[in-house]
Amino acid sequence: MNLKLNTPLSDEKVKKLRAGERIFLSGIVYTARDAAHKRFFEAIKKGLPLPIDLKDQVIFYASPTPPKEGEVIGSIGPTTSARMDLYTPLLLGRGLKGMIGKGPRSKEVQEAIKKHRAIYLIATGGAAAYLAQFVVSSEIACYEDLGPEAILKLRLKDFPLVVAIDSLGKQVFPYRVEL
Amino acid sequence: MRAIEGKEIKERIKALCLEANFFLRADVFAALREAQVQEENKLAKLALSEIVKNAQIAREQKKPICQDTGHVTIFLEVGNEVHIVTDDLKMEINQGVSEAYIEGNLRKSIVTDPLFSRKNTLNNTPPSIYFENVPGEKIKITVFPKGGGSDNASSLKMLKPSDGLDGFKKFVLEEVKKNAPFACPPLVVGIGVGGSFDSVGILAKKALLEPLGRVNQDKKLQRLEEEILKEINQLGIGPNALGGKVTALAVHIRCFPTHMASLPVALNLSCHALRSARTIL
Repeated sequence: MNLKLNTPLSDEKVKKLRAGERIFLSGIVYTARDAAHKRFFEAIKKGLPLPIDLKDQVIFYASPTPPKEGEVIGSIGPTTSARMDLYTPLLLGRGLKGMIGKGPRSKEVQEAIKKHRAIYLIATGGAAAYLAQFVVSSEIACYEDLGPEAILKLRLKDFPLVVAIDSLGKQVFPYRVEL
Repeated sequence: MRAIEGKEIKERIKALCLEANFFLRADVFAALREAQVQEENKLAKLALSEIVKNAQIAREQKKPICQDTGHVTIFLEVGNEVHIVTDDLKMEINQGVSEAYIEGNLRKSIVTDPLFSRKNTLNNTPPSIYFENVPGEKIKITVFPKGGGSDNASSLKMLKPSDGLDGFKKFVLEEVKKNAPFACPPLVVGIGVGGSFDSVGILAKKALLEPLGRVNQDKKLQRLEEEILKEINQLGIGPNALGGKVTALAVHIRCFPTHMASLPVALNLSCHALRSARTIL
């Protein structure tokens, strides 16, 4: 089944999705990878507010190449999600509803996804010139000083994804990985 | 002696960085097309079709194949009869990388001071540079940008001679099983065996640069490569880690004499976007 999904997400939208389904995502998502996650984590630990409200939002683990003149965005694809695993349960607790990345997640993240009724989606790793076609706008949202790791606010249009872990905690990966 | 200007080397390195990042190698593209035919898992097959389309779009639009345009490793095989005219060859090489990454809109992924500030150098330098002296009056330059995700999935172990061939195979398969899902499969697996702690990693990296589909000149190694590839492709990790039968496109092994007390093994995994470019001047 090919399903269309729009951000922001909600319990209603997420609970219908099942691991292994192909979906096409449209709407706003935020990029964040290693350094931005570390900052989120430190801010939460210190009781400081986050620069973006994560409630019902989707984070895309990515940092694109710079655009050529006239391009909306350079090449953009998912980075390895497991590197963010340490920070993810805390962000899900803050209302984060979806993540886009690649590869399996830890057991803790799988359980947190179930607990918070969230969704983990994967894009094809290393298909960044292809995936860039489904990004219709891009602007810096915050943490500009992180350079290539700054948080971008992207608008997607029918971005091709697979549901990798659904809100019941079921996953698409047909093997076990120790993380 | 033949004189070659340092500036010429800089220009070539700049061009090779761009070529490697925009144009997927013909042998890698052919292996991916073949994988598309072989793969039966529906979602994995779909991922492969996106990977093939991606290479075509990258080529047509001169857009990076992957957003991770990599850490750059450069091999220079310099003929003994070459005089390189420059005050500072390393600086010329760095400059070539820097210009390619800034002017060519490639992503700058290198951070300085890994344990502390992790501040981006903003020009993707420094690369790793390896010089080798060879006979003749030419210079062969190989530029090999490699993504962080697949390099993270690599490993090195000093096995004991008593571990032997079985211990070697066990190590390789366990590491691939553990790490392949995070390294953008289908992979190319480069394996170095022998030498010392420092040289075995370079052996593995060089093994990745051998053309896909080549036959190992050592028949025993050729058979071992085939055996390991078959076992890797039975792990069920598959393209984009979605399951399926094509977890790796190829296994390349390079051996080198080693100490009688040692059996060093390095496993350098490459994602499906195995990118390199080479020139001779």
